[in-house]
Amino acid sequence: MFKRDNVVDITIENYNVDANDHAYVETLSQIEPTDAKQFLDVGVDIDEHARIGTFIQKDNSVVHCKTRMEGIEVMGISQAREKHPWLSDYMWKNISPDTDKFTLQANKNSREGYFIHALAGVKTKNPIQSCLYIAKEGFSQNVHNVVVAEQGSELHIITGCATAPHLVSGLHIGISEFYVKKGAKVTFTMIHDWGEKINVRPRTVICVEEGGTIVSNYISLKPVGSLQMFPTTHLNGKGAVARFNSVLVAGPGSFLDVGSRIVLNAPDTRAEIISRGISSGGSIIARGDLVGKVAGIKAHLECHGLILNDGLMQAIPELSGYVPGVEMSHEAAVGKIDQQEIEYLMARGLDEEEAISTIVRGFLNVDIEGLPTDLKKKLDETISETQKEMM
Amino acid sequence: MLQIEELEVEVGGKTILNNLNMEIPKGQTHVLFGPNGSGKTSLMMTIMGFSGYNVTHGKITFKGENITEMPINERARLGIGVSFQRPPTINGLTTRNIVEICDVDRSVNVDELAKELNFTDLLDRDVNRNFSGGEIKRSELLQLMAQQPDLVLLDEPESGVDLESIVVIGDTINSLLGRQIKCPQNRPHKKVIGEHAKSALVITHTGHILDYITADKGQVLYNGVLCCSRNAREILKWIREYGYEECVRCSNEIMSWI
Repeated sequence: MFKRDNVVDITIENYNVDANDHAYVETLSQIEPTDAKQFLDVGVDIDEHARIGTFIQKDNSVVHCKTRMEGIEVMGISQAREKHPWLSDYMWKNISPDTDKFTLQANKNSREGYFIHALAGVKTKNPIQSCLYIAKEGFSQNVHNVVVAEQGSELHIITGCATAPHLVSGLHIGISEFYVKKGAKVTFTMIHDWGEKINVRPRTVICVEEGGTIVSNYISLKPVGSLQMFPTTHLNGKGAVARFNSVLVAGPGSFLDVGSRIVLNAPDTRAEIISRGISSGGSIIARGDLVGKVAGIKAHLECHGLILNDGLMQAIPELSGYVPGVEMSHEAAVGKIDQQEIEYLMARGLDEEEAISTIVRGFLNVDIEGLPTDLKKKLDETISETQKEMM
Repeated sequence: MLQIEELEVEVGGKTILNNLNMEIPKGQTHVLFGPNGSGKTSLMMTIMGFSGYNVTHGKITFKGENITEMPINERARLGIGVSFQRPPTINGLTTRNIVEICDVDRSVNVDELAKELNFTDLLDRDVNRNFSGGEIKRSELLQLMAQQPDLVLLDEPESGVDLESIVVIGDTINSLLGRQIKCPQNRPHKKVIGEHAKSALVITHTGHILDYITADKGQVLYNGVLCCSRNAREILKWIREYGYEECVRCSNEIMSWI
């Protein structure tokens, strides 16, 4: 039987934190073809078509970073700290290093990560792309990322995470701190393709000020050894908004414990969490935790899980309201595909198999705001492939 | 077109249709009356082949083929189409998607069709998600317009629909069945309808739909028994006058014969 504590207890000491340096490349066309292919699968466009900036880190080395827009900064965190001494005020501000052993490790042994900064009022039309890539066997990639969207700015980030093919073991620890200032908006889309043996422990905290918006999309359709994350968002200013979407598929051997917590600390704040998970032989724990601290907030959580093959699909929706006048709701459903839906489509002429795959494709098709067309197409293809593999 | 002989159907071990015989010839529209729970929807679901409706006796023939055991999709391909009363929502599948599924030979212009049915704004939303009664009917008819079945089964096309929508719905049903009254064309009317004649079984509880569509025949289903078969408007007058009380007497008499 699959259990929640099936999650492997990771011995950090088993992983090496050092890696050879990889050379910086001036243009993305110089990236090794095997690496480039992996990047492509997680949304990095090598031709940088419809992207305004790029950040790529391989193991411990920043191998490429640039921006093509005035008022937008994209660089490795160590370079950023040299350039902006004030950055230390933004690091470890909302996450305590002693939260768990992973944060401790990152605090002690963090190597790079990205810094993405939008100056006040600057709005990106096209996204910035970033990729954190593990190429070394038995390696622990520990990064610290900081995103700051100054007042009235708009940032769209697509970040992909991947590994070299045939990697047998690896660990990724990512500390991420996001600051969405007054009236700013950050859309963050993360696509993961880690690999069957990789353990992944992101630790993320997001703070949103008055009138700010965070939209976070998380997509993991490919196998991953184990993934555990529970980003926390604090809506601290009046009218701040958070929307979290996640699309998860767990095949045999994959363990995903993925959720998000949104704390609504100010009046008129809004939060929405939508999670879709398919367990096809693996385990998914889909969490959602909404915390309403003041009157006049609205929050909704929707968690739908399909079990196609034996596995675990566990939905844990939580709502906590501290005062009267909070409006919070949740909707969770776990089960197999509804026979009624299959027969409805059969009555329109599809055979049973076609009907099931149409339903699965639709289920995974969460509308993701502002995705470039090439990436949308790529994702549709991946969903189609994944769906075929699951059947 | 459709022939049903001595049909007996069980749902969850309980008999819900009893020795039912019915024939719908090509080009004819039949109206099936009956109070709630009389088995009207079950008959429709059985004709379409849905799971849970077990045929324990009798057979259903469509276009000369015995379809009693045929999978749902093959019946659809053979030319049977249904408008459901409470269709399910399918996450991430838009009405446009499902209309395209219905349109096997890719011959219809979905946007044009949607415009006629006042459905444009809903086309790219998940099918049936938070649809009102009228929106469900229009969505179902949109799908049938794309599917172009030869036998149309309509479950309560007027229920939960506002007065404005019912006119559109009536018009669409007439056009779907090749029964719309349009200004005379170049060719004789007889020829025009000859080509487009579709058969239909229209389920109704109240009979209001008869103000908008024409019918060749009416039948009454009461308690799983087909107890009356005559002119549809005449039946409607009886029901409007006396409710289904008279049908109780007739069906009891039939039951005593079985």
